[in-house]
Amino acid sequence: MNQSFPLKPRSSNDLGSLHEAPGAKTKPETGLANLKYLIVGLLFGVVFVKAEIISWFRIQEMFRLDSFHMYGVIGSAVVVGLLSVQFIKRFGIKTMTGEPVHIAPKVFHKGQIYGGLIFGLGWAITGACPGPLFAQIGSGYGLVAVTLLSAIGGTWLYGYFREKLPQ
Amino acid sequence: MEFLHTIRQPWPWYVAGPLIGLTVPTLLLIGNKSFGISSSLRHICAACLPANISFFHYDWKKEAWNLFFVAGVLLGGFVATRFLANPDSISIAPRTVAALQDLGIRDFSGLMPADLFALSNLFTLKGLFFSVIGGLMVGFGTRWAGGCTSGHAIMGLSNLQWPSLVATICFMVGGFVMTHLLLPFIFAWVN
Repeated sequence: MNQSFPLKPRSSNDLGSLHEAPGAKTKPETGLANLKYLIVGLLFGVVFVKAEIISWFRIQEMFRLDSFHMYGVIGSAVVVGLLSVQFIKRFGIKTMTGEPVHIAPKVFHKGQIYGGLIFGLGWAITGACPGPLFAQIGSGYGLVAVTLLSAIGGTWLYGYFREKLPQ
Repeated sequence: MEFLHTIRQPWPWYVAGPLIGLTVPTLLLIGNKSFGISSSLRHICAACLPANISFFHYDWKKEAWNLFFVAGVLLGGFVATRFLANPDSISIAPRTVAALQDLGIRDFSGLMPADLFALSNLFTLKGLFFSVIGGLMVGFGTRWAGGCTSGHAIMGLSNLQWPSLVATICFMVGGFVMTHLLLPFIFAWVN
């Protein structure tokens, strides 16, 4: 499996390399540069609501195999994501600022099984993975703020008990 | 106005899915960021209550982009609901409606069932299960798994990472077990 990008020799007029901090995978960004993520997030949130992915009912339909909608959404998102990543790798596409694209590999550990099952159980109760939680709150479902605080609490508890859990 | 009418309708999967998939290369190319949302919960812990936990002692400000991203998702939820809301009720598969009616759900008008997620449920058993306990499981589970639907199912699978496939299968198994085996008991208890 291809876990990192092949390092290509850089040409001397590649400005990107001049800015790269030693060892850093990405350049630090501050302040206004982060606004672009706010905008991407906003568009993403609109899609979440308009495709009703944030709906508790749609998640129930998915787990009851009564609708193709969520499978279509996730499946086609994976296909487009996969094609994009393979395209970026194949042609060595650089980021806007000229860095080579870096994706950290996912390393297997038992948490992906135990944690994955626990998240799945919670997903079917709350009707939301972490992304839709934020969009549900924005949509005006006030009680979901409690769900989000609980999810932050759950993350904190994981950090607290981490040493004692199988990894 | 025709355009506005069209985008107010629910978007089909073949529009929404590819748009979500495009988030992956967009984040990679605008800032070399790997798509993932549950990490934001960790950054919030690191920023607000790191305590003595080494897992939360890192420079979360370097990951601030993730917090901007989720703030955007929240704003997007507001914009879509305030300005682009579908004038009609959500249409849910009849079999799911029947199954949920058996469990005691009565209100099928909004994206979320008011029976469970009305603010008045905050201090009831419903609030305890569907918000507090559910939320704890989502937060604890995603962090232990090292990602959620976005980080594993979409970003991880896009990068052909087999651990992400394991995680995604476990998400689905957990969801099926909850829906078919446990929810009937939970509903019997909270109703």
